[in-house]
Amino acid sequence: MSKTLFEKIWEKHTVKTLADGVTILYIDRHLIHEVTSPQAFEGLRLSGRKVRQPRLTYATMDHNVPTTDRFNIKDPVSKAQIDALSENCKEFGITLYDLNSDQQGIVHIIGPDLGLTLPGTTIVCGDSHTSTHGAFGALSFGIGTSEVEHVLATQCLPQKKAKTFKVEFTGIPKAPVSAKDLILKLIGEIGTAGATGYVLEYCGEAVRSLSMEGRMTMCNMSIEAGARAGLIAPDDITYEYIARIERPFAPKGADFEKALTYWKSLPTDEGAKYDRTLVIDASKVAPQVTWGTSPGMVTDVTSCIPAYDGVTGYSAKDVKQALDYMGLKPGTPVEDIKIDTVFIGSCTNGRIEDLRASAEVFKRGKVAKGVTALIVPGSQQVKKQAEAEGLDKIFIAAGCEWRESGCSMCLAMNPDQLKPGERAASTSNRNFEGRQGKGGRTHLVSPQMAAAAAIEGHFVDIRKWLS
Amino acid sequence: MEKFKTHRGKIALLDNANVDTDQIIAKQFLKSIKRTGFGEHLFHDWQYLEDGSPNPDFALNQPKFKNASILVARNNFGCGSSREHAVWAVQQAGYAGVIAPWKKAEDGSRIPAFADIFRNNSGKNGLLTIELSEEEVNQIFEAGNAASEGLEMTLDLENQKIILHAAEDTLTFAFEIDPAVKDRLIKGLDDIGITLEHESSITAFEKNHHPQL
Repeated sequence: MSKTLFEKIWEKHTVKTLADGVTILYIDRHLIHEVTSPQAFEGLRLSGRKVRQPRLTYATMDHNVPTTDRFNIKDPVSKAQIDALSENCKEFGITLYDLNSDQQGIVHIIGPDLGLTLPGTTIVCGDSHTSTHGAFGALSFGIGTSEVEHVLATQCLPQKKAKTFKVEFTGIPKAPVSAKDLILKLIGEIGTAGATGYVLEYCGEAVRSLSMEGRMTMCNMSIEAGARAGLIAPDDITYEYIARIERPFAPKGADFEKALTYWKSLPTDEGAKYDRTLVIDASKVAPQVTWGTSPGMVTDVTSCIPAYDGVTGYSAKDVKQALDYMGLKPGTPVEDIKIDTVFIGSCTNGRIEDLRASAEVFKRGKVAKGVTALIVPGSQQVKKQAEAEGLDKIFIAAGCEWRESGCSMCLAMNPDQLKPGERAASTSNRNFEGRQGKGGRTHLVSPQMAAAAAIEGHFVDIRKWLS
Repeated sequence: MEKFKTHRGKIALLDNANVDTDQIIAKQFLKSIKRTGFGEHLFHDWQYLEDGSPNPDFALNQPKFKNASILVARNNFGCGSSREHAVWAVQQAGYAGVIAPWKKAEDGSRIPAFADIFRNNSGKNGLLTIELSEEEVNQIFEAGNAASEGLEMTLDLENQKIILHAAEDTLTFAFEIDPAVKDRLIKGLDDIGITLEHESSITAFEKNHHPQL
C-alpha cells in the first residue's frame, strides 16, 4: 500500500500500539535546553527513575543566554536555570554543549550543525520550534515538560497518530522572495489553527528549489499554523548538506551509504493519500509583513493595514485589539510603517544563509539613524562560518551589532528586549503581544526585508529596492 | 495526577480567540526551576497595570468572576509555545477546566478549540479541556454576561456532560473526548508508569532499531 513520508517514519518507530489507540513511539533524539527541562529532571529524582538513553539525549543552553557578555549572566534567576541544566546533565550523564563549547547555540540550529538531525529519525524537544528538523524528513515535534520527563525515563512517547496535510508550493518564488515569505503566506491563508491536529508535508517545485536553510525556515513555522510537525522529503540537497562539512554525529563512509539507502526509501509513495491538501502558487507570493499580534495577521508588503472587519479568520474585535496594541490604523500602507529596531537571528532565520542574504543587503547601505540592528548568529558554528566569510565586517561597517549566539530577542528571556512602544522588523517566528519585551511591537519578515528596513527606517518592497 | 470525575465551580469568561501561551504565562516567569508559583502570574500583562494594580478593564478582573474555577474562552486557546508552565499557571490560578469552541474553516474542515501541545500538556496535568460548538459557547457567554452574579457550572467527565446552572433555566451540553485521555484523567494515571509496563517491548524494539540511521 502507498504510504506517506509521515506514515513510513511512524511505522518504523512504533514500539507497540495499545488497545486505546495510543502508540508508544520510539524517540531517536531528545534535545533539551535550560527552560523546559529542570522540572522534568526533578520528576525523575522524585520517582527514583534514571535517563534510559543518555547517549540519545543532547543538551544546550540558549533561551537565557546573553548575547554580549555571555559569561556574565546578571539575572540570578536566569543563572540558576543555566546552572541547573549543567548539574542535571552531569548527574544523569548527558552531553551538554554549554557556553564554553564551540558548538553551543540555539537547540534547533545545533542539531543540524552537529549532524544529529537526520532523515527518517524521530526528534523531540521541549520547544515548539522542534518542527524545524522536519526539513530533513525527520519526524520532529515540540513537547511539554511532562513529556520531556517521559522521554528521559522511557525514550518513548505515547502518541495518537496525527492526520496528514499536504501543502504543495507550485512554481518558483521570484528572488528575493524567500522561504519565510512562503510560510507566512501559508499561515495567512489557513490561520494559526489551520493545521492543528495535522502533520504538514511541504512539497512542490518551490520546496525542491529551496536550500536546507530555507527548508528549515519553512518547517520551523509549522507550529505557527497549528501543526506540531512539518516535513519535507529528503533529496540530493539534503544528502549534500549532511555530507558537506564535518558533522560529528552524521554517518560516514559505509555507514553513510547504508543510511542513504534508507533515506531514499522515505519520500511519499505515488498515490499515497493525505487527509487534506492545499496548493499555493509560489511564483505569485510577494514579500510578507505581519501587522498584528498573531502570525496569521500578515499581508503583502505592497498592501495596506486591513479594516477591522476585513480579515478572514479573525473577528473585528480581535483585529482592533491587535491594531491598538501595534499602534496602527486601518488603511496605512505597510511601506509607511517606521521601525526602530531590527532583529536578524532566531531558530527561524539565524543560519548562515540568512546571514549571507542580509549581508548582501547591508553591502548597499548603512543602518538608518535612530535604528538599532542586532545580528545574532544561531550558533557558535554559524558565527565562526560567518566570520570566516567576512560577514561580521559587513554588518559592523553598516552599523549593526554583531552578537554571540542564542535565542536573543526572539523571546526576550535574556537582556535583548524591546522597550514599550518600540517597533521591530524581526526575522523570528512570533509577533504575540509582549513577545519581544513588554509593550514591544513585532513585525515578522524575512532577513532581506529586515535588513532593507534597517537601512531605510521603514519597510520597503525588497524586490524593487534591490533592482 | 489527581483523579478527575466531576467538578462544580464558577465560570469566568474570556472573550478572546487565539489566546497564546505568551499571554497565559509571560516569558519572565519561565525562569523558575520549580513546578509551582505560576498561578498569580496567569495573564500577567493583561491582569496588571504598570504599577502592579489589577487592570479593571481585563475581563477576568470583574468581581463576578472572582474565585472562578472554569475558564471559558474562544477558539485556538493555548496556541504558541510548548511551555507546560501555561497549564501549571491556569491550574494554579484555581481552574479545573477550560472550555473553548471548535470552528468550521472556510473549506469546511474542523479547527480544534485548543492548540495541540497545550491540550496535550493539560491532559498530563489533569486540567480538563472541553470542546463545544461555537453556538454552545455563545450560549454560555450570553448567559454569563447577562447574569449579575457569577454562574456556576458542573463538569461531569464520567458522563461527558456540562451543566450551566443559570438562574432562569439550566443549560446542558454533551461533549466529546478521546477515550484514552478520559480514562487517564478519571483514573489519575501516571503516563510514565503506563509506558514502563511495556518495558520489555521497548527493550526488544531497541535491539533491532538503529537510531543513528
